[in-house]
Amino acid sequence: MDKFTTLTAVAAPLPLANVDTDKIIPARFLKTIKRSGLGVHLFDTLRFDAAGRERPEFVLNQEPYRKAQVLIAHENFGCGSSREHAPWALLDFGIRCIIAPDFADIFYNNSFKNGILPIRLPRAVCDTLIEDAKLGGNARVTIDLERQVVVRPNGEEIHFEIDPFRKHLLLNGLDDIGQTLQHAASIDGYEAKRRAEQPWMPATTATTAASAG
Amino acid sequence: MSGSKPRTLFDKIWDSHVVERLPDGTCVLYIDRHLVHEVTSPQAFEGLRMAGRRLRRPDATIAVADHNIPTVGPRTPEGIKEEDSRIQVQTLERNVKEFGVPYIPILDVRQGIVHIIGPELGLSLPGTTIVCGDSHTSTHGALGALAFGIGTSEVEHVMATQTLLQKPAKNMLIRVDNTLGFGASAKDMVLAIIGRITTAGGNGHVIEYAGEAVRALDMAGRMTVSNMSIEAGARAGLIAPDETTFAYVKGREFAPQGAAYEQAVAYWRTLPSDAGAAYDKTVVLDAREIAPMVTWGTTPGAVVPVTGVVPNPAEVEDEAARAQMQRMLDYMALVPGQRMQDVAIDVVFIGSCTNGRIEDIRAAAAVAKGRKVADGVQALVVPGSGLVKRQAEQEGLDRVLLEAGFEWRDPCCSMCLGMNPDKLTPGQRCASTSNRNFEGRQGPGGRTHLVSPAMAAAAAVSGRLADVRQLV
Repeated sequence: MDKFTTLTAVAAPLPLANVDTDKIIPARFLKTIKRSGLGVHLFDTLRFDAAGRERPEFVLNQEPYRKAQVLIAHENFGCGSSREHAPWALLDFGIRCIIAPDFADIFYNNSFKNGILPIRLPRAVCDTLIEDAKLGGNARVTIDLERQVVVRPNGEEIHFEIDPFRKHLLLNGLDDIGQTLQHAASIDGYEAKRRAEQPWMPATTATTAASAG
Repeated sequence: MSGSKPRTLFDKIWDSHVVERLPDGTCVLYIDRHLVHEVTSPQAFEGLRMAGRRLRRPDATIAVADHNIPTVGPRTPEGIKEEDSRIQVQTLERNVKEFGVPYIPILDVRQGIVHIIGPELGLSLPGTTIVCGDSHTSTHGALGALAFGIGTSEVEHVMATQTLLQKPAKNMLIRVDNTLGFGASAKDMVLAIIGRITTAGGNGHVIEYAGEAVRALDMAGRMTVSNMSIEAGARAGLIAPDETTFAYVKGREFAPQGAAYEQAVAYWRTLPSDAGAAYDKTVVLDAREIAPMVTWGTTPGAVVPVTGVVPNPAEVEDEAARAQMQRMLDYMALVPGQRMQDVAIDVVFIGSCTNGRIEDIRAAAAVAKGRKVADGVQALVVPGSGLVKRQAEQEGLDRVLLEAGFEWRDPCCSMCLGMNPDKLTPGQRCASTSNRNFEGRQGPGGRTHLVSPAMAAAAAVSGRLADVRQLV
C-alpha cells in the first residue's frame, strides 16, 4: 500500500448524498479476479451514456477534474455493497482522498486499506470546499495527514479528526495483516481458551459431505 | 472484561471475542465463521499467495459460489456462458482446493446464496462472530450472532489471522411495539424502519431489534429485518436469541448435536441484553402503523405505504435534498402526487438473501394461487438455495406458481444485482423482493420498487403495484 503523507491536488466537486458503491462501480464490472484496471469503469453510468460516449456534464469528464485526486461529496458516501472494487476503482482513477460529512462504515474501512484517506467534515465545510473546487485548476487543495489539516486555496486551514491507529498505518503505508500477526501468540491463546470453554462449537469441516474441493 | 455494568447483546458478543485491546481502543477481534464467495475472494486468495501465507483456519471457513450462477441451463462452472463469470467461479474452485477450504459445489443441493445457506445449514450460531465479503452478512444477526460485511482486504486479513482489527460500534435499539397488522410483513417492517431513520441512520452503530413485533417474527422474518440493517447504514443487526432461535438451530447439519447442543443453548440463554443496558440511540415504532410498503426512489429510505403517493420535491426545503429527490423521480419516471398503485410494472423478482426463503415463497404462492400473471409481465421466482427449492417443490409451490405464469428458476443471487444473465433492460420497471433500489442495480437503466414477497406476487397478478390486502 502506498503511503499517504501530504497531497496537493485538484478536487472534484460531487455534491450528491448517498453515493452508493453500485454507482461508484456497477456490479457488471465486479467479475474480475484482479484489483487493477477498474478506473475506466469508475462512476460508469454517470460518466458514460449507453453507447459508451462521455457525458460532458459529469464532473470527471471536464478539465481540470479529469486529473482530480480529491473528491468532495455529501452525506453517506459509499453506502450499500461492501465491494472493495469501489476504492480500487477510485484509486485506479487517481483519487487519493475523499471529503464528505460522513461515510458508510464498510467503505470507510475499505478506503484506508487501499491508501485512500476519507475525511469527515461538517456539511457546511464540505459545501465551502465544493465552492473552492468549482474554481478549477488554480484552486488546488492540500491535505496534510500528519498535521490533520485540509488547506483551502486561500490558505485557510481546516482541522479534521482521524483515528490514530489508522493514521499511523496510512502515514507509513503499513499492511495491517503484518501488524496483526505480531499478536499471533495471543490469537493462539485465545483459540485454546475458546476450545476449552466452548467445546460444542462445530467445525465447518465437520461433515464429510463438505470436503475440500 | 465484564464488570457489573449491564451489557447489551452486542457488548457481550464483542467482549467475548476480544483477543487483545490495543492502547488506542482498537481490538483484535476473533472471527468464528468466515463465509466466502466467488466475487470478493479472488484478490484475497491472491494476496495470501503473494505473501506466502496460509489460511489460518480452514475449519472455520466455508465457500460457495452464488452471485454469478445462472438460474436456467446447466449448473456447472463450464456451463456458465459469460466468460468472466465462468472464470470467477473456476477461480474460486481452484482457490478452495489450493487452500483446503470446505466448499459447497454448485450441483450440491445445499448450494445457494451464502446468507441463506449459513443459517439453513446451522453454520450461523448465536453468540458467534460471522463475516463475509458481502454487506448482507448482517442477515445472520437474526440468530443473535455478530455478523457483518467486510471488504476484500479484510477477507484476506481474516484468512491470514482469523481476526479483524476493529473498534466497537455504538449500540442502537430499535423497538417495534405491538403486532403487525393484516398484510404487513417483516419486509414492510424493515422498510418502515429505514424510512424512519434514513439510510445513514445506523452509520457507526449495530442495531438491536426488539419489541413484541420482532419477537413475534419467525426466523425467516427476523433474517429479512436483520438483512436490511446495512440499508439503514448499520454494518450489523442483532436479534436476541430465544426459543424460536433455539428451535430453528436444532438438528441442522453443522449445528451442535445432542449434549453439545444443550451445552450451547445454556450459553446462548446468557446472551440477551441485561436489564438497564445503555444504548446510544433508541427508536420506537408502533407495528400497528406499518402498512405494506413500497419504495418510490433510488435509495431504500425513499419509501411510502402502498396506499401513498409519490412525494413532491417542491415541499423539500434543503436545495441539495430537493435536487436529489428530483433526480430520483426523473430516473424512476414518476411524477409528484402519482398514486403508487397506479404504477404499472414490467418485471417481478421474488428471491435474494432478503426474501429467498421457503416462507417467502409460500407467501408469494398464497397470493398467486388461482390467479394469472398479468399480460406483458415477466415474473421470476428464484429460491435462495437448493434446499429451499426442494422444499418448495415438495409442498407443490412450484406448480402453483408455474400455473399462475411465474417462472421457477434455480438458486442464485440473480436479479438482485444482475451479475448473472437475469437483468432488467433500460427503462424496465420491477417490483422486487430484493434489498437495493439503487440506479442500475438490477441492470443499467432498470427501475426498482422494493416490496415484500406477497406484495411482489400481488404486483405480478395486477400488472401494477398493488395493495396485497385487497387480494387475500
